Amino acid sequence: MIVSKVVRGAVGVAVLLVVAEIAGRTGLMDTQIMPLASTVLAGAAGLAVDSEFLHDASATVEVWAEGLLVATLLAVPAGVLLGSLPKVEIGLRPLIEFLRPIPSIALIPLVTLIAAGDGAMKVTIVVYAACWPVLVNTMYGLHDVDPVARDTMRAFGFGRLAVLLRVALPSAAPFVLTGVRLAASVALVVAISAELLSGGAGGIGVYIIKAGSGYRIDLMLAATVWAGLIGLVVNALLVRAERGLFRWHAARAGVAQ
Amino acid sequence: MLDVVNLTHTYGSGPDAHRALGGIDLKVSEGELVCVVGPSGCGKSTLLRSIAGLVRPTGGEVRVKGRPVSGTPDDLAVVFQDYSRSLFPWLSVRDNVALPLRRRGLDRAARRAAAAEALAAVSLESAAAKYPWQLSGGMQQRVAIARALAYRPSLLLMDEPFGSVDAQTREDLEDLVLAVRGHHRMTIVLITHDIDESVYVGDRVVVLTRAPAVVAADLRVDLPGPRDQIATRELPAFVHLRAEVSRLVRGRPEFGPEEFNTVPPHTTTSPLVKTPSHLTKE
Repeated sequence: MIVSKVVRGAVGVAVLLVVAEIAGRTGLMDTQIMPLASTVLAGAAGLAVDSEFLHDASATVEVWAEGLLVATLLAVPAGVLLGSLPKVEIGLRPLIEFLRPIPSIALIPLVTLIAAGDGAMKVTIVVYAACWPVLVNTMYGLHDVDPVARDTMRAFGFGRLAVLLRVALPSAAPFVLTGVRLAASVALVVAISAELLSGGAGGIGVYIIKAGSGYRIDLMLAATVWAGLIGLVVNALLVRAERGLFRWHAARAGVAQ
Repeated sequence: MLDVVNLTHTYGSGPDAHRALGGIDLKVSEGELVCVVGPSGCGKSTLLRSIAGLVRPTGGEVRVKGRPVSGTPDDLAVVFQDYSRSLFPWLSVRDNVALPLRRRGLDRAARRAAAAEALAAVSLESAAAKYPWQLSGGMQQRVAIARALAYRPSLLLMDEPFGSVDAQTREDLEDLVLAVRGHHRMTIVLITHDIDESVYVGDRVVVLTRAPAVVAADLRVDLPGPRDQIATRELPAFVHLRAEVSRLVRGRPEFGPEEFNTVPPHTTTSPLVKTPSHLTKE
């Protein structure tokens, strides 16, 4: 079943590439504006061994990873705190609902003034965007803890801290990881957006701008393909981690309904 | 062992307030197995949760071994109806059973040994390494019972423990409870809505009225032991007692809690409960 899913997905991608290739070769699409699919793919393959691009890609991954890590380290404890203290949550809810929809890109000019250096600015912007999915999912996970499981622990005489550590946190863990996975996608989008908007020493976004200024549309697209691939791989790894670590969660959801 | 004195509990306040318990008096001596039955929604679970310290009652007192309960009493375990929610799905069966033993200050090896012993008592040694959700409903409830046994509580509370399993499994689990109480000297309070079950497993059957619940009757079950699912259930004494409890639980509209208050607890003579005079007029 999984194999056939992969095959179908590959067929879908192949069909799209072939159609794009034919459209270019038959003159249906101007290759000056939209390069041939084969040209883009060849360019992408070339970038894999291009030291300049690799430097840019690693700069992006660094900003992404740092931002995601800091966001997780901040948002998980905050989510646990808010999720287990309803009164505090009620007090902070309006503030969270106000801050959350602010596009972090809109904060670039402000953060540029405050942050020490370009790298710190980008990481800050990524942290801002990535912390919300983690925070909200952690809070949701803690609300979702089964009251019967809590009562069971309490009936055995365990105190609040033990109930939190032994029941609430394990029970919320799958939600936290889902939050991190969502945040990982957001963080990549924001990291590259920040590079596109503010430039800097390196990054996939910076490479795309440079390629664009030289009218190398094929290289712009090739770099974009790599951005997409990085996102795809990270998501796939985190999905695997969720399935592997929290088999009980899926099994239970299956039993419940 | 357990003393419940004039226990009252009201959920909410103002016009929406719901009086669940209207003054429950109940005494359970050491080693007894007392079944509590009553119409659905009468406050049986509230009574159990008050004894377990999960609900702070609005009035009255619960004493365990003479000491008033505030918070959860030590030495108490609860088996809930909803085994799939009461067991922790991220822990193996063995770890589920061993977890509460942390409260006993046992080291890891001792916890494992106690868990293995309790699982053997419910014939689930072979499932120790599995996860609860890989087992059938009846097996999961046996794990929950093993968890309570391993803890060696002096008071075991069971809230509709067999309400979510099929009839055959239910009978097996009833016999399991009767068997393990023989081994481990435990006092057991078992809440059920099943009248047959209350008479079959209980030393005493306590019948509650509709909410606000009070004790309608407290009947001693004088059936020969060891009990047997078929032989015991065909005894005239069993049939008679079951009918008696049924009548009390089903009740009649004019059977209000006030009338029941006049019935003294621990009525053991036959007829088991005096019928209020206005019901015999017909």
